[in-house]
Amino acid sequence: MAAQVPLVSYLVLDDAGPHLSAHTCTACGALSLERRNACPKCGSAAGFVDTRLADTGVITSFTIVQRAAPGVKAPFVSATVALDGGGAVTANIVDTDPDPEHVALGMKVTLTTFVVGTDDNGTEAVAFGYAPAA
Amino acid sequence: MAGDNVWVLGAHMTKFGRHDDKDVLDLASIAALGALADGGVTIQDMDVIGAGSLFNAAAGIGQQIQKQIGQTGIPVFNVANACATGATAVRTVYLSIKAGEAQMGLAVGVEQMGKMGLLGMGAGSAANKEFTPSGRDGRVMPVEGHLGTFTMPGVFAQAGMQYLYENDDVDVEHFYKISAKNHEHSVRNPLSQYQKRFSVDEIKAAPMISWPNTMPMCSPNTDGAAAVVLVSEERLRSLPKEVQRRAVKIVASVLATDPWVESGAALPDVNTCTRNAAKQAYEMAGVDPQDLDLVELHDCFATAELLHYDNLGLCERGGAGKFLDERGPYRDGKIPVNVSGGLESKGHPIAATGVAGLFEITTHLRGEAGDRQIEGAKVGLTHVIGLGSTCGIHILEKSAL
Repeated sequence: MAAQVPLVSYLVLDDAGPHLSAHTCTACGALSLERRNACPKCGSAAGFVDTRLADTGVITSFTIVQRAAPGVKAPFVSATVALDGGGAVTANIVDTDPDPEHVALGMKVTLTTFVVGTDDNGTEAVAFGYAPAA
Repeated sequence: MAGDNVWVLGAHMTKFGRHDDKDVLDLASIAALGALADGGVTIQDMDVIGAGSLFNAAAGIGQQIQKQIGQTGIPVFNVANACATGATAVRTVYLSIKAGEAQMGLAVGVEQMGKMGLLGMGAGSAANKEFTPSGRDGRVMPVEGHLGTFTMPGVFAQAGMQYLYENDDVDVEHFYKISAKNHEHSVRNPLSQYQKRFSVDEIKAAPMISWPNTMPMCSPNTDGAAAVVLVSEERLRSLPKEVQRRAVKIVASVLATDPWVESGAALPDVNTCTRNAAKQAYEMAGVDPQDLDLVELHDCFATAELLHYDNLGLCERGGAGKFLDERGPYRDGKIPVNVSGGLESKGHPIAATGVAGLFEITTHLRGEAGDRQIEGAKVGLTHVIGLGSTCGIHILEKSAL
């Protein structure tokens, strides 16, 4: 099996199975997906601990991109997902037809991963998305 | 005098559209010279310039404009604040006058966008030599299309859909109606890039950009410039009566950014900053939203306009759909919104947009808006959003000196 790296650092690929991880402010508990120097909510520089986020959530907004940036395959569904237990993330909705009959506000979804590229060493980049919950 | 009131003395904008025969300095000069002439003053009277051109942000656009219209040695503030750049330029001049350092100043916004295509897109898939994490999210390759979209029609479609998720009695049909309204308004505005009616059915059937935003629901890329001359009340008193009569008072000038919200990292929040800015602006002006005779708000996409009926308090909380159904924002409605045609028709030359909002309100308060005039307009509000996010709001009032 080819070596794999996550597309972004807040996707963790380990023995516990692919999942999202957030930096949690030790002062106020605010979640950040990206690396921060201090907390964007309270300004504390006390530091962060990593927290595993839920694999499930609901779609709170979405669009279906038809006219995409050059080199980007369309159509695809871009959605904001509010994760069960906290955290919000933007990702594609996959494993369903990209049309408003198959994607809906409030729809329950589950994390899934897929390969989006391979580098010259044969290493695969793995992205995450959400599929309608079974 | 510190804390003195600030007035709009002169205002001008070019027609928005394609100006292939002009460059960015031609456009800026037309707007700047037009605003100076409109106020009956010259560049020699100016104490400060606030200038913005987002796609020339590092180019010293203000100094370049001075070389076209007069190098008088006054301070120039070159500003960049995404789609709030124009409002920021205006506010820079406003603050200079408020601080007592200037009596009169020029704010100018200009953009030449030609056929730039989609804004906000990341690069497509690059050649992947060896995956190496970079940036704050440690990405190993471009994420556009793999982790949702950051193209503008998509981001603002999602912002609109979030309103539908959070509120009842509103659906995608409302977005189509908004676009039809603004295009209907545009036929009265000779300065608008497009001046063409579209039915709701035509809008639905138009080429899809990012569902539910079809092409006429998206602001086009536009060439254009706008400028205003601001003056302190003290200095205004020294000017001729006929000049004083056309001056319009700025009763609120506010910039606000987005405070932290949990979903903000997933989807830029354009709501909280608008709510906060609006609250400040109404307090500053001593004006209630129901007192507004017209509003020019940031309809970069039809999906965005709906949010701001609510954010600006034009309707009850959650009542944006009802406000539209009751024809509130039509030019014959309770609070006409985007009688200029809005960015969807008028065009959106990024840095010019915020200044053009002041031009539009000023023109109505002076009673000089021709076919699109809102009769008897006394108070108007202009609003812009720069993604990232910044909200700029100015409230203008027809007032006796």
